[in-house]
Amino acid sequence: MLISEQKPLEEILGYLDGDKSVFIIGCRGCAEGWGSGGERQVAEMANTLRGKGKTITGSLVVDMLCDGALTRLKLRAYKKEIAAADSILVLTDGVGVQTVAELVNKVVHPGCNTLSSGGAHAEWKEAERCLECGDCMLEFTGGLCPIARCSKHLLNGPCGGSQGSKCEVDPNIPCVWQQIFDRLTKLGQVNKLEKLVAPKNWSVSLISGTPVKRHS
Amino acid sequence: MKTRSNLERVLESKIFAVTSELGPPQNADPEVIRKKARILKGHVDAFNVTDGQTAVVRMASWAACLIGKEEGLEPIVQMTCRDRNRIALQMDILGIAALGINNMLCLTGDHQKFGNHPAAKGVYDLDSIQLVQMVKDMRDSRKFQCGEEMAIEPRIYIGAAENPFADPFEFRVARLAKKVAAGADFIQTQIVYNVDKFAEWMKRVRDRGLHEKVKILAGVAPIKSVGAARYMKTRVPGMDVPDSVVARLQGVPKERVPKEGIRLCVDIINQVREIEGVAGVHIMAIEWEEVVPEIVEAAKLLPRPRLVT
Repeated sequence: MLISEQKPLEEILGYLDGDKSVFIIGCRGCAEGWGSGGERQVAEMANTLRGKGKTITGSLVVDMLCDGALTRLKLRAYKKEIAAADSILVLTDGVGVQTVAELVNKVVHPGCNTLSSGGAHAEWKEAERCLECGDCMLEFTGGLCPIARCSKHLLNGPCGGSQGSKCEVDPNIPCVWQQIFDRLTKLGQVNKLEKLVAPKNWSVSLISGTPVKRHS
Repeated sequence: MKTRSNLERVLESKIFAVTSELGPPQNADPEVIRKKARILKGHVDAFNVTDGQTAVVRMASWAACLIGKEEGLEPIVQMTCRDRNRIALQMDILGIAALGINNMLCLTGDHQKFGNHPAAKGVYDLDSIQLVQMVKDMRDSRKFQCGEEMAIEPRIYIGAAENPFADPFEFRVARLAKKVAAGADFIQTQIVYNVDKFAEWMKRVRDRGLHEKVKILAGVAPIKSVGAARYMKTRVPGMDVPDSVVARLQGVPKERVPKEGIRLCVDIINQVREIEGVAGVHIMAIEWEEVVPEIVEAAKLLPRPRLVT
């Protein structure tokens, strides 16, 4: 069970600044269980964003958003609504956000912070995609996580060891910063990477070492 | 002048700067540093001491810097984010400034996996760009990373590295721009063997006007053997060694390869010197420091400006 909570509304609105229309995706699995992105929260978010002048082109709640095959299938029925949206807001943990980012050629905003995996791992066999850092960075990185997938957790771009799309630490690991660069280039948003990203707040992260759970 | 750095003084005087590097020992022997420092003295404007390069435990950079300073050289301390969080970094920055060390090269650091303690926990609380920004804020705003103020600021001339040969190439200049925006005063690049690619990178640097905001020192290094060239070509992450370089070394008898490697280094210095925006060279002859004077002399970079501290 991945434990997540919604980001503060101002933060989400900041992400959506400049987007007129939004498609919202939630998950009936963990996010439903933790009240961060189930049916009800998706409907509430749609209302809230309408109240802020956004057009909601549609919404979708998938049983297990981290299941890539299932999500791909579900997304097919919403091609038009997604095409009509400027961006997609995903209300679930970091794994779900990255699943959507991988399937859709559109800007994907994370609506939640992932606090803990609750001891269980997600559906991804090939790589861990979320390190429960509690302060989701996917907004700035094209929906690919540099905390979980960069050997040095870099936030301002690739290190000097990225060559041939591979991580210097292990040639079997793709360089996630190359992937981030490629995806943002494809989305016409590569200038996002020019922004200086400030030091991260690790105090909300489980890997920082605090054994205290914020959810009971 | 932002600092009392000799390197800053040289670069600001538009003199083509020469820095070199000194590898600290894997033990507590200060004589190793003294010996290497005496070799470099008079031939360089400042010297770097690596900070646990390739993640192997060695004498601390700041300590070896201090020993070299006692020998009358200007040190550049290297500081990586691999082993220190923001608390430790700031404590070390205050410490080196108090010791009279005026330059610091901000690095993310080689991954711990490559070293002799691969089981170590990597820190990476900050990345190199955030480290640059933090030193800049400490120096120019007297602020710690948390925002609290300090009474006496560390007057550090801020360096950063850049690798024109890593991927994605298109992003490498943008990354340099980020380091400049964060507060880098000087840059020491990855070792240049592919001069054409370096020249293309410098062109893009000039297109953005970055060469006017930061002093760029091109990294160069002599090669001792054909094996070393091949190793760098295939095994060292982020290196670009063209086939022509390997072929040039292969083209001479084995006993003459070191001489040819030195000549190649001098040739590259002469080539990068002609590129607009290159403010100096950084000669990396790790564990081969004794050839640095010969290289500097052959490249006609002597005499060096008198050290003022």
